[in-house]
Amino acid sequence: MNVVLDLDGLDALVRVLRRDGRVVVGPVLRDDAITLAELSSAAGLPSGWGVETGPGHYRVRRRADAAVFGHSAGPQSWKRFLHPPRRRLLSSDSSGLHPAEDDAPNYAFLGVRPCDLAAIAKLRQIVGGRAPFVVAAQCTEPGELCFCASMGCGPAAGAGYDIALTERIDSDGHRFLATSGTDEGAEVLARVPARPASPNDLALADQDVEAATRRMGRAMPELDLRDVLTANRDSAHWETVAERCLTCGNCTMVCPTCFCVSVEDTTDLDGNAERSQRWASCFEIDFSYLHGGAVRTSGAARYRQWMTHKLGTWHDQFGTSGCVGCGRCIAWCPAGIDITEEAAALATMMELGGERP
Amino acid sequence: MTTWVPTPYEVVTRTVETHDSVTLTLRPVAESLPAFRPGQFAMLYAHGVGEVPISISAIPGDGTLVHTIRAVGAVSRTLHDAGPGTVIGVRGPFGTAWRLDDAEDLLVVAGGIGLAPLRPVLGHPAKRTVLIAGARSRQDLLYQDEIAQLSDVDVVLTVDHGDHDWHGRVGFVTEPLASIPLDPDRTTALLCGPEPMMRFCARTLLGRGLPAERIQVSLERNMQCGVGLCGHCQLGPLLLCRDGPVTGYPMAEPLLLAKEL
Repeated sequence: MNVVLDLDGLDALVRVLRRDGRVVVGPVLRDDAITLAELSSAAGLPSGWGVETGPGHYRVRRRADAAVFGHSAGPQSWKRFLHPPRRRLLSSDSSGLHPAEDDAPNYAFLGVRPCDLAAIAKLRQIVGGRAPFVVAAQCTEPGELCFCASMGCGPAAGAGYDIALTERIDSDGHRFLATSGTDEGAEVLARVPARPASPNDLALADQDVEAATRRMGRAMPELDLRDVLTANRDSAHWETVAERCLTCGNCTMVCPTCFCVSVEDTTDLDGNAERSQRWASCFEIDFSYLHGGAVRTSGAARYRQWMTHKLGTWHDQFGTSGCVGCGRCIAWCPAGIDITEEAAALATMMELGGERP
Repeated sequence: MTTWVPTPYEVVTRTVETHDSVTLTLRPVAESLPAFRPGQFAMLYAHGVGEVPISISAIPGDGTLVHTIRAVGAVSRTLHDAGPGTVIGVRGPFGTAWRLDDAEDLLVVAGGIGLAPLRPVLGHPAKRTVLIAGARSRQDLLYQDEIAQLSDVDVVLTVDHGDHDWHGRVGFVTEPLASIPLDPDRTTALLCGPEPMMRFCARTLLGRGLPAERIQVSLERNMQCGVGLCGHCQLGPLLLCRDGPVTGYPMAEPLLLAKEL
């Protein structure tokens, strides 16, 4: 099903999703960043705001138009809703052990970029939970740090959306081509005021997304990254990265697929105990703790673990790459370390047989 | 989230093994867990303190669980101190088991507390079983009375530091390993102990003609969830709580050779 919505139609879509009992979450402008929060109407979307990104750099900027989805990945991802930063697991008292209730709301995510759509699938493959209703926003304007095309995760929305929107602003007005991906998506769209899509609407959307493929700011080397990382296990290059890496863990926190958690136990003065999990990072010194000390103490070993897992051993564990090419880890690295640059350096070293490039 | 909910077990007996290790026998309070196989581990939860991975160290077959615990941190210290009647939480069984199916001769090599996960295989009906166990000192050797009574196992014990009460071997387990009679065509070797010990033992065995495919090692990393969800126990491509702890040496060797992996 293909229809065209205007801004009122988009607002109606939010209302329909809310009326069905869903918590609608989408991009909003907050604290000088495009963050994710509950929306009560489409008026909350960051109309006319874009972003400017670079290694270690992120700024919102005024756009020349009123686009609501004209911004690349922000500091948050949908991970915080599907895999919350902190979650209670169980409590324990004199009457026994009590599992925590699963109190996750019935989410509808609005404006999910294709990279993040892929990330949601990768994350849910591991952490499970209730499937959100997904309204994707196809990417027509990649950012400086984007490389989803080379990860096969965009700029067109892949599988997994209920509705995919393609935003367009031209002399014919501000509108969204809406394509249903599931029966549920079609059923929702049928309740929203819209006009049928013309062949021209479809052609323009294809053309805009196709053009985005060629405007990616970054690309991963076109090699099997698993081989690159295995060949470089003992490479001196990790030391070179470690000279810049602060092991702060920002990359893992902003990554939409990094799923690691640590379990914490607490007690109160009445003798009741609680277990909870919180996001963990492989950059924490305690992450690999065994009696006697941590396994990965050097920054080089910790960066190698993160990058090797993300791009290499994720395949062994989950049959896919852990990276979707959203570029967040580059923007939010205080040292501006660029995973695509490091992959390229390692790829060159592999081709040179271990020599420094 | 049921993954995270331990099943209550009660301590029935507590046997002091060494100055820092005890063996606990646990009985289900109500529901019981599926049967454990030798080499697998449980997550043992001490109320309010935390949870640690502990291998199964005997399989009596009566629904009880037997775990040997060395006090090395806050949680293991609390478990070590748990007397009869204490209720602790158990999750499991987790991980891979020793593969014994086609083993004709069994060679069991253990270092320190590494003997605990190997203890259940000592009763396996092999044509010949050899146990080489090492420890820091006589006071650190586990199950000494039980080992003395093993009738159909060739036992070699060795310690790093001898004293006036020790009349046996002093040195690393690799030394007897290099010289004991061994038929490389029919031997399956099971190794558990510190990583350098396992590496040097494996190297000795490879040198004696034992194929890497018939060497198994038990590997350890920071296990927390037990089901491959928390990410802490990664060793290269492996999530050791799920893909280990028992790992074939062809897979383990390159991973053990990399520093800080």
